[in-house]
Amino acid sequence: MRRLILSVALCIAASLPAMAEEVVLGLSSDTVSINTNFDGSEILIFGAVKRDAPFPAEPPMEVIVTVSGPSEPVTVRRKEKKFGIWVNTDAVEIDSAPSFYAVSTSTLMGLSLSETEDVRHSVSIPRAIRSVGAPDNISNSETFTEALIRIKSKSNQYQLNEGTVSVDEQTLFRTSIALPAALTEGDYQTRIFLTRSGDVVAQYETSIYVRKVGMERWLFTLSRERAFLYGLLSLGIAIFAGWGASAIFSVFRR
Amino acid sequence: MQIYLPIAEVSVNAFLLLGLGGIVGILSGMFGVGGGFLMTPLLFFIGIPPAVAVATEANQIVASSFSGVLAHFKRKTVDLRMGTVLLIGGLVGAGLGVYVFNILKAQGQVDLLVKLCYVVFLGVIGGLMFFESLNAIRNVKKGKAPKRKKHNWIHGLPFKMRFRVSGLYISVIPPLIVGVLVGILAAIMGVGGGFIMVPAMIYLLGMPTKVVVGTSLFQIIFVTAFTTMLHATTNYTVDIVLAVLLLVGGVIGAQIGTRIGVKMKAEQLRILLAMMVLAVCGKLALELLLQPTELYSIAAGGH
Repeated sequence: MRRLILSVALCIAASLPAMAEEVVLGLSSDTVSINTNFDGSEILIFGAVKRDAPFPAEPPMEVIVTVSGPSEPVTVRRKEKKFGIWVNTDAVEIDSAPSFYAVSTSTLMGLSLSETEDVRHSVSIPRAIRSVGAPDNISNSETFTEALIRIKSKSNQYQLNEGTVSVDEQTLFRTSIALPAALTEGDYQTRIFLTRSGDVVAQYETSIYVRKVGMERWLFTLSRERAFLYGLLSLGIAIFAGWGASAIFSVFRR
Repeated sequence: MQIYLPIAEVSVNAFLLLGLGGIVGILSGMFGVGGGFLMTPLLFFIGIPPAVAVATEANQIVASSFSGVLAHFKRKTVDLRMGTVLLIGGLVGAGLGVYVFNILKAQGQVDLLVKLCYVVFLGVIGGLMFFESLNAIRNVKKGKAPKRKKHNWIHGLPFKMRFRVSGLYISVIPPLIVGVLVGILAAIMGVGGGFIMVPAMIYLLGMPTKVVVGTSLFQIIFVTAFTTMLHATTNYTVDIVLAVLLLVGGVIGAQIGTRIGVKMKAEQLRILLAMMVLAVCGKLALELLLQPTELYSIAAGGH
């Protein structure tokens, strides 16, 4: 009996810190529509911290926001000079890399989150990429993951925005994340972490839906489900355009 | 004006694509080449995924070739008979080429092979054509009559056929072989093959340059239409929005190009094409020889 009471008490104690602070979230929109003139988008993520008790003044609360696009396996290849020309030699398969990943923090990443918590929640960009291991014949396989991050960061597909989450009165927070124009469809998992001295004290998850709409949607579906018809349509347009230009120009010539 | 491409899943400037289509269209009309060997690398450069660029380019070539061939039909500079013979060879070759391509793909290194193919063929063809047309121009200036209808081993082969528009009476075997070879290369390199076809027709078959352009375009239409359907149904990589933007510029360009081509002398036309082919070859060769700024590249999917 005594043991039971103890374990219940432990349970409450363990769950208390998590319950004490809770995230209430708002999004400027939970769907991003990709139409013909889509040229990137900005989403505003804002929220408040709900508390049962007055918050402790120290250590200060930090906020981390991550947005992650659908993950897929990718192959990273490295070029080497052989017989005087540059050819792809080594390749490393990365099991799962998000198509888009953004991390925004209220202060420096290293101050907001401890290494252990990063491993547990996969928050930072290198942790968000899952690579089981390279083939034995390839040394320093981590350079391949670094290359992936470097290339993706260049095109804004991977973003580390330190200090872009503004926190007011230890309660209200807001940030905006720029989605690039080259965006794939899917559910973009959005996570908010509240941390104190590197430990995660509360967590909240939601999804942003990125969808093609209108003509984009129609053409994409057609190309997948009625590929033959789509092919004929493409050829039809090509032939018609070719004939049209010829006809118009022969009118001009007369 | 930015436009989002539904299949390529990137956003690009519409006017840039219209302009590119127009320039390549002009060249296509002038020289009777589909322009794929120029456009495909340009599309890579502006960030279109390679698979989508190759497939969509095939569709765009259909449009510009069709536009060009109509202009040539009006001038009666299409040898339908020769075109059909080449086409039969071309379709057989394209089938073989896709087969070879898949074998090489399974072994990796297909990118390298495609690039090496480009460098070797563009270099050899461009070089030969450049010096030949330079000589022709010199001879014209000196007042020498150009030698034509040389009799060589080709004229000794059986199954002779009369190609009236070309003014030829030769065996069907050489055009068939040319068709097959061009078809194989076209499938591997992802282009219409005009830049190989045109010199082959001029130098191997001895066809007059003016007929060559129209006939080559005629054959290219069918080969690229076939390729487009293959890509659309197996890889789903034809981007119709990209194709429309490119072909609107392309068909207009092709009409202008055909008119410029008619006004120019055959030797000038050939030397210009040779210079263009050599320029593309040089650029690709540099890419292979110089150290790239980024040694790593990303490809979707596992092995």
